[in-house]
Amino acid sequence: MNSSLNELEQAFQAKIDAEQKIEPKDWMPAKYRQNLVRQVSQHGHSEVIGMQPEGNWITRAPSLRRKAVLLAKVQDEAGHGLYLYSATETLGTPRADLIEALQTGKAKYASIFNYPTQTWGDIGAIGWLVDGAAICNQVSLQRTSYGPYARSMIRICKEESFHQRQGYQIMVELAKGTPEQKQMAQDSLNRFYWPALMMFGPHDSKSAHSAQSMKWKIKRETNDDLRQKFIDQTVPQIEFLGLEHPDKELVWNEERGHYDSGEIDWEEFNSVINGNGHCNRQRISHHVAAHEEGLWVREAQHAYNVKMKARRASTAA
Amino acid sequence: MSTEQLELFEVFIRSSRGLDHKHVGSLHAEDHAHAVDYARDCYTRRNEGVSIWVVKSSDICSSQEDDAPEFFDPSDDKPYRHATYYPLPKEVGNM
Repeated sequence: MNSSLNELEQAFQAKIDAEQKIEPKDWMPAKYRQNLVRQVSQHGHSEVIGMQPEGNWITRAPSLRRKAVLLAKVQDEAGHGLYLYSATETLGTPRADLIEALQTGKAKYASIFNYPTQTWGDIGAIGWLVDGAAICNQVSLQRTSYGPYARSMIRICKEESFHQRQGYQIMVELAKGTPEQKQMAQDSLNRFYWPALMMFGPHDSKSAHSAQSMKWKIKRETNDDLRQKFIDQTVPQIEFLGLEHPDKELVWNEERGHYDSGEIDWEEFNSVINGNGHCNRQRISHHVAAHEEGLWVREAQHAYNVKMKARRASTAA
Repeated sequence: MSTEQLELFEVFIRSSRGLDHKHVGSLHAEDHAHAVDYARDCYTRRNEGVSIWVVKSSDICSSQEDDAPEFFDPSDDKPYRHATYYPLPKEVGNM
């Protein structure tokens, strides 16, 4: 490494160490940029693909109010995808490249969205557990070192505070309902609890990007610390519902001041991430189809703009 | 633009690293580069900022203040977009 590059990197790290934000036009190491493009775009892809499992229930929501709430939530996810794509674009990667990476499988998204939504209870469990886990992560990322990412996280957290609550409310109502409804709530909890824990990623010792991301303060807390926070906060919520906790090894550890928990099925995690979940192919093919079916809109818009430009030029002449 | 009437620019200042650029006002300038210099002299005489953006006022497209009630009313009847719409049992803590 030549000395000027070395100096730049030292100055960069000093800025980070002093809790300064990095802004788009600042010098940054190529790896920092790459790492951010990967993380922020995949975060954006998760928001976008995350619309599918919930969108599946909009037409079947049990009341007009529930339909309106679910629509509002899915609409938020689209907006959050946009904030994150825009933040990624400040790093010099065009949006078309991001979409292509998603559609060709080069970029990943949260594997939780490869699980199907089979019952209305799943919509409750997703809002409560999946958004709950996402919020844990996102609250932490409000302090990430890259300015545009941090600011989009602040906006997202503010808007998202209703997502978890509306999900929990669905669960409360099911859990208070008929035995069949309560069973539906239990079944959704059982199926979504473990995948929600997987959302925090591999253990710190096995996480490919963690150490460098922590040093650059792209990540502010480790996967395992965030997961622990989520496990702890979820226990009283499950108790209030009167449901059985899916983790049979869960036990309070007085010494640590945290719950000890059972091991995640990492084989399942790897299998779903590598394309073998229930819905991986369906999610991407649906995204591709929606993109292709929207082509005529983009073409019409372009044709209109060309026509208007020509008209303005001819009246100006 | 004549020498009497220079181009109008809108000025945005980032007060410290990590915050958004905020609109602070406008000024007349010959071009973008001058507008940045003038904005520094005009709006940051007391270290108000660490970064300046200037945009030609004519490039800004805005909604109409007079139409604001009708323009923004789609969100008037959607209280369920707010977390406070969902009461939480005390036992479960914050969410």
